Amino acid sequence: MQPLLTVNNLSKYYGNLRACDLISFTLYPGQVLGIIGESGSGKSTLLDSIAGHIPFEDGIVEYCSRDNTLLDLRTLSEPRRRKLMKTEWGYVRQNPRDGLRMTVTAGANIGERLLDVGERHYGHIRTEALQWLDEVEIPQGRIDDFPNTFSGGMQQRLQLARILVTRPRIVLMDEPTGGLDVSVQAKLLDLMRSLVRTLNLSVILVTHDIGVVRLLAHRLMLMQIGQLFDALLTDQVLDDPHHPYTQQLVNATLIP
Amino acid sequence: MTSLSVSPTSAPSTSEPGFNFAYLDEQTKRSIRRAILKAVAIPGHQIPFSSREMPMSYGWGTGGIQVTASVIGQDDRLKVIDQGADDTTNAVNIRRFFQKVCGVATTEHTEEATLIQTRHRIPETPLQPGQVLVYQVPMPEPLYFIEPSRTEANKMHALEEYGPMYVKLYEDITKFGRIALAYDYPVMVNGRHLMNPSPIPRFDNPKMDMSPALQLFGAGREKRIYAIPPYTQVKSLDFEDHPFSVENWEHPCEFCGATDSYLDEVVIDDQGGRLWICSDTDYCEQRQREQLGHTQKLG
Repeated sequence: MQPLLTVNNLSKYYGNLRACDLISFTLYPGQVLGIIGESGSGKSTLLDSIAGHIPFEDGIVEYCSRDNTLLDLRTLSEPRRRKLMKTEWGYVRQNPRDGLRMTVTAGANIGERLLDVGERHYGHIRTEALQWLDEVEIPQGRIDDFPNTFSGGMQQRLQLARILVTRPRIVLMDEPTGGLDVSVQAKLLDLMRSLVRTLNLSVILVTHDIGVVRLLAHRLMLMQIGQLFDALLTDQVLDDPHHPYTQQLVNATLIP
Repeated sequence: MTSLSVSPTSAPSTSEPGFNFAYLDEQTKRSIRRAILKAVAIPGHQIPFSSREMPMSYGWGTGGIQVTASVIGQDDRLKVIDQGADDTTNAVNIRRFFQKVCGVATTEHTEEATLIQTRHRIPETPLQPGQVLVYQVPMPEPLYFIEPSRTEANKMHALEEYGPMYVKLYEDITKFGRIALAYDYPVMVNGRHLMNPSPIPRFDNPKMDMSPALQLFGAGREKRIYAIPPYTQVKSLDFEDHPFSVENWEHPCEFCGATDSYLDEVVIDDQGGRLWICSDTDYCEQRQREQLGHTQKLG
């Protein structure tokens, strides 16, 4: 099977600080890759570098696009990269306020990506928005409400709908369940798990919540001071941790 | 309203001593002309320019005045309108200003003018090849209310990412059942650049499309100039199932009976009485004159 995304020796420095140091991994279609690690270990920097939000110093990020061409994301022209990010990629932020437009209705939030790719039929956008609200378990009657009238969990699900509407192939998630209470978290995780399976999404999931990766991730990588360890099966890492930090992390979890 | 017995056209006079021709110094005029040339070369694209202090406050047409001052010549015949009228404060004062500092001839007749400075209207009389229309623009950036960062907005223009603009239109249809923008309705120029047409009513948008006149836009406070060269495609944004449309009125103009012009609603008493009259005073008077015959004069 051809990998969807290949990251090879990616390095990102902030001055002398090595935020990401020679990171390499591959992501296959339909795979959910978890990245765990403590605060400041470089997880978010890695995600931002891959998504092209920040430039990185060295390394190769290669993506196999929908039409089966291999794209070097570092040298890809900006218009094409931005287009890619709006069609084949998605980025779920920890704080839904960063990922949503809070001043426009839920329907417009979902419709924006469609408008970005050239849809100009109000009726079609409306139908699509309703369908996706349904898909993420938000009542269709709330299509004309503003996101700030939504609960935290609903906002996060709306963010998912907003991204999934253009059928992306890769979704990057930066602590998608952070700041939600446990029952809402569980519901969101349930939804994400079923969406990942039905839509055959590939996901890179950054979190420091072991419960989240256990439920969602197929493979797990540990990040510590800019370095990546253990690209192993999730169960293997969590049930038989080899690395001292993983051991500590697993031990520190209340209900492993 | 201007009385029709007074000739609305004035002959050139000598300009005020102590001022350079058209108030601005030659260097400034040259720099503004360079900006205008760039603007004409890239229809709808905003060109920054070093906007000068003018003898009036920002927001009163300083952009339009500077553009006019840079392109006006001794042989030009200037018309200035404000919301379609030749005789409102802004129009009268700008016209006087140029009379004073250029000594150029002025007119109120659209077809006689070579240069027309306008605030918020396009004349009803179709413009002719060779005429120049100068707009006063308060806010040149159509993406401003969606993307407050200029850097990001410039990038969106560069990459032709105009999806978010349609989000605004989507919201309008959702809220009001139609696109409710009444003025400053955004347009695509030459199929490439998104542009604010200045706060002209939506009614005037179709007049910009393939117009034989050169259209120049000056924003003094925001320090931007942009242009639509003659015979350029200008398309108002819309949805396939909610096409662009212009306003219409259930009444004809009270004075001239026109049904094809932009009408202002005027409240005439405190009993709820109102009437509708043409906002373009020149157009209205010409029609009245035609109806009365040339020999008769209005009282």
